[in-house]
Amino acid sequence: MTIQSKQLETIAKLARLETPGDQVAKLTRDLGQILDFVEQMQKVDTSAVEPLSNPLEMTQRLRKDEVTESNQREKFQAIAPATENGLYLVPKVID
Amino acid sequence: MLPHTISEIISGLRDKQFSSREITQDYLTRIKRLNPELNCFITITEDLALSQAEQADARRNAGEASILNGVPLAHKDVFCTEGVTTTCGSRMLEKFVPPYESTVTRKFMEAGAVTLGKTNMDEFAMGSSNENSYFGPVRNPWDTERAPGGSSGGSAAAVAAGLCAAATGTDTGGSIRQPAAFCGLTGLKPTYGRVSRLGMVAFASSLDQGGPFARTAEDAALLMNVMAGHDPMDSTSAQNPTEDYTSALAQPLTGFTIGLPKEYFSSQLNAELEKALQEAIKVYESLGASFKEVSLPHTELSVPAYYVIAPAECSTNLSRFDGVRYGHRCENPKDLEDLYQRSRSEGFGDEVKRRILIGTYALSAGYYDAYYRQAQKIRRLIKNDFVSTLNEVDALLCPTTPDVAFKLGEKTSDPVQMYLEDIFTIPASLAGLPALGLPCGFKGGLPVGMQLIGNYFTEARLLNLGHQYQLNTDWHKRSPALGE
Repeated sequence: MTIQSKQLETIAKLARLETPGDQVAKLTRDLGQILDFVEQMQKVDTSAVEPLSNPLEMTQRLRKDEVTESNQREKFQAIAPATENGLYLVPKVID
Repeated sequence: MLPHTISEIISGLRDKQFSSREITQDYLTRIKRLNPELNCFITITEDLALSQAEQADARRNAGEASILNGVPLAHKDVFCTEGVTTTCGSRMLEKFVPPYESTVTRKFMEAGAVTLGKTNMDEFAMGSSNENSYFGPVRNPWDTERAPGGSSGGSAAAVAAGLCAAATGTDTGGSIRQPAAFCGLTGLKPTYGRVSRLGMVAFASSLDQGGPFARTAEDAALLMNVMAGHDPMDSTSAQNPTEDYTSALAQPLTGFTIGLPKEYFSSQLNAELEKALQEAIKVYESLGASFKEVSLPHTELSVPAYYVIAPAECSTNLSRFDGVRYGHRCENPKDLEDLYQRSRSEGFGDEVKRRILIGTYALSAGYYDAYYRQAQKIRRLIKNDFVSTLNEVDALLCPTTPDVAFKLGEKTSDPVQMYLEDIFTIPASLAGLPALGLPCGFKGGLPVGMQLIGNYFTEARLLNLGHQYQLNTDWHKRSPALGE
């Protein structure tokens, strides 16, 4: 199931990563090698096996729906690249 | 001469042979002398360390010293430290100063320990050689042309070079055990969920687990006594009670049965390493343990399953880096898409990008069942292998790595070759089992490591097995020369 460079560009777009023209060939080759390698998983019949997502099979703990955190907006925004009046700044989205 | 172990530091401080301030200063001097070559530390927290040491000395004089009071340690730069830059080995977080403290580092602070600095690592803990760090590779103190292992390479090299007596690390697919093997150290990956992940920058959340690097199993037990425990702030933290990890160290090994998984003693294992492991088996037999060959038939599938699951989790975890809230932001973005794409493309290195792309692919429509779901099913088969085997034996003994430390640059051109370095460490990670790595010999002047894998929450038993071995061998006492 080797990957094509067109597919790589679609995946990169989904992942919000740039794929400069001179890197597409190398990235496609690297990813193709990795995908060829993991392909050996397909030889195992797992039709009767349940997937395992948590090694201890723990379920998500729930807590009471209570306010436990205080508002720390200024502290958290102090490390943001760009803020104004308590808001995060991004380029204009709507004209 | 600086003490070798945490135990020696504890007794030296207690008996007033030296103060915390004196020993902290000695470590800082040594770090400044050797770090330019070895590159173990990304940040040296000199002022913080000295002030913590002075406070520790004051507590001791007031009769308020807990066990690790005044003991200098280093922390992998994956643990968020409030007010101290936490880079995770990435340009993305080059200037990130966390607004909160990780549970692990907070617990060490509360125990009175001193922070010498933050250690180098593969970017976002993705790598097996420390060559993926934005801050340059770490050099192995046993041979500076060689890799220290990864991803916790800085912590391992720092302890091996005597820049600290112990350090923290994290292990997702072997990132504590493999560098411990390459640097001749004792390193423990606890059971998944045993050590809190709060404030540990996430890579693959169903696998990531913090643990200690030390010279001895006894020191690792002392560190586990601080690190382990339930954390209500980590939703996957285990609620099982902790124990005093030092309490079982002295237990005799008579009647212990240790399994030897035949898939690990295969052609992939270098013959000289196998010989070193056979010698270790003889030591255990002389201590009363018996051995039994066992089989973990799905071992071969662990690396492929891991390199789907870990990238899939990484691609979702790392989607938080958007150039908006914290981390690297590109200059003059022309629109929102450009802001996301350029910030991420500039902030992440090649291996991180490769894994994000693999993970995105494995989770995308049409490929999810064939890759991610199939990998999770194989994960269960691997876990089942271990569960049935560990019903028959007390622990498993096997190699940590196929060979000793490789040369820097030797494996960087082929990602799959690098991934195969993790063949003996990944299975226990997928199963979520605890595993202890410890030195058991040398090959051509380079340390050889072995691994003990136990059932869930049997860290104390593994440390007992490690300690009894170290009482009867001296591999863990050897240090690299470093022109001294």
